[in-house]
Amino acid sequence: MAILEVHHIEKHFGATRVLEDISFDLEQGQALAIIGSSGSGKTTLLRCLNFLEKPDQGTISVAGNLIFDAADPATQRESEVRKKRLHFGLVFQSFNLFPQYTALKNVTLARELLAQEQPDFKENKKKILEDIQADGRELLAKMGLSERADHYPSQLSGGQQQRVAIARALALHPDILCFDEPTSALDPELTGEVLRVIRELAEQRTTMIIVTHEMAFARDVADQVIFMDGGVIVEQGDARQVIEHPREERTRQFLSRYSEG
Amino acid sequence: MIEFFTSSTFQTVLSALNSGFLKTLQLFFITLIGALPLGLVISFGSMSRIPPLRWLTRLVVWVIRGTPLVLQIIALFYVPGMKEWFTWPSGENGRMLAVCVAFIINYACYFSEIYRGGIQGVPKGQQEAGQVLGMTKAQIFRHITLLQMIKRIVPPISNEIITLVKDTSLARVIALQEVIWMGESFMKGNSGISGLVWPLFFTAVYYLAFSGIVTVLLGKLEKKLDFFQ
Ligand SMILES: Nc1ncnc2c1ncn2[C@@H]1O[C@H](COP(=O)(O)OP(=O)(O)O)[C@@H](O)[C@H]1O
Ligand SMILES: [Mg+2]
Repeated sequence: MAILEVHHIEKHFGATRVLEDISFDLEQGQALAIIGSSGSGKTTLLRCLNFLEKPDQGTISVAGNLIFDAADPATQRESEVRKKRLHFGLVFQSFNLFPQYTALKNVTLARELLAQEQPDFKENKKKILEDIQADGRELLAKMGLSERADHYPSQLSGGQQQRVAIARALALHPDILCFDEPTSALDPELTGEVLRVIRELAEQRTTMIIVTHEMAFARDVADQVIFMDGGVIVEQGDARQVIEHPREERTRQFLSRYSEG
Repeated sequence: MIEFFTSSTFQTVLSALNSGFLKTLQLFFITLIGALPLGLVISFGSMSRIPPLRWLTRLVVWVIRGTPLVLQIIALFYVPGMKEWFTWPSGENGRMLAVCVAFIINYACYFSEIYRGGIQGVPKGQQEAGQVLGMTKAQIFRHITLLQMIKRIVPPISNEIITLVKDTSLARVIALQEVIWMGESFMKGNSGISGLVWPLFFTAVYYLAFSGIVTVLLGKLEKKLDFFQ
């Protein structure tokens, strides 16, 4: 069974239709790359999955449970939305780290706040917080940032900041981790270190959706690829097949712009 | 020279100026204690999702910021009595009360605009990052937005606070006996002394010392927030 099932998502901003009949499945442990030119609706799609935007039509299910149905307001209650968000993690194009906290605190803050809701928090406070700290340090180590745990975001390079952001998203153990052009805000010499950690996550079978303009990376790391244009899915399929042998003319045109460069 | 500072005239003037300056300080601190939180309430009004509330708040802020504080003090002190709405308590206490109310309203309006800029100046991505991590609105405000907002508003609020040090002298327009009123009184006659000009100018020493201290303290606060961004 697919961990994520998205059916017939549609989204308007005012009169403009930004997403139209978006449907796809994602299997546990697979990586899905979404490609497409700027303005095609990729960010909006990720924002819908993370409940930052509300689709006008369609359903979203995680592990067989319907978590969003545009036609059913009961699935949209604010109090539950907060919990449902935790199925997804989101790594932003512009990192959005919290500037007043160290790298480690950026990673642990949300978990500390969630832990306060546990019934046994008061009794085991010390132990719980220590565990969260240890997990946070471990995640930063995994990102190659052990030495940077006590640095503030402004003291880190863009590539380091984005890796902290990835650790922050992983800290809550999302079922599906989404990346919105994770290297687009980086200087070219810094993209490698970020792509490397995402590649490692893929090797560890982390379920991921990656919006990217790095075609070679999408081909080599993703299992599936979706090509979007004008708010619709033009083509989807096996990553290597879509990128090396696209079936649709529009996909071919889009990809040719990348192979030239 | 030493004889001058030990003379009874100097002693009399000094103690009068001291008591005037005490009123200046009172007005200064009461205004801050009232206007800093009231400004936050007004800023929420000016960002309200209810249009009439938003318009009304912005209209009030516009009027208060667009007219002289002196005028507001005079209006608030005299108009209620003339219209027989209510009367301020008589004497110095009543004047102090009226002046405090006028100052609090005026400064709250200025602060509200600074708060609004501070709140709206925190990038939206900060809030979204918190939301995606499952934080509640209250947690996002308390743990993420608040400190970033404070960092943004401290410099402009500091400017207003230093202006307030000097604005307190406007209270003399309804004869509140703050330090400048006291200094001036020795020209017209006070405690059997008249025709003295220097006490008025001597009040500058108080203002310089006070605004100096305030500037240093606020500078320290600003430095404290330098650890990020
Ligand atoms: N908040 C918004 N309000 C109005 N239009 C928006 C908003 N967000 C995105 N859009 C529009 O939706 C379209 C898709 O945007 P986006 O999802 O950011 O595309 P992509 O990430 O593929 O570049 C664009 O035309 C964009 O202008
Ligand atoms: Mg985008």
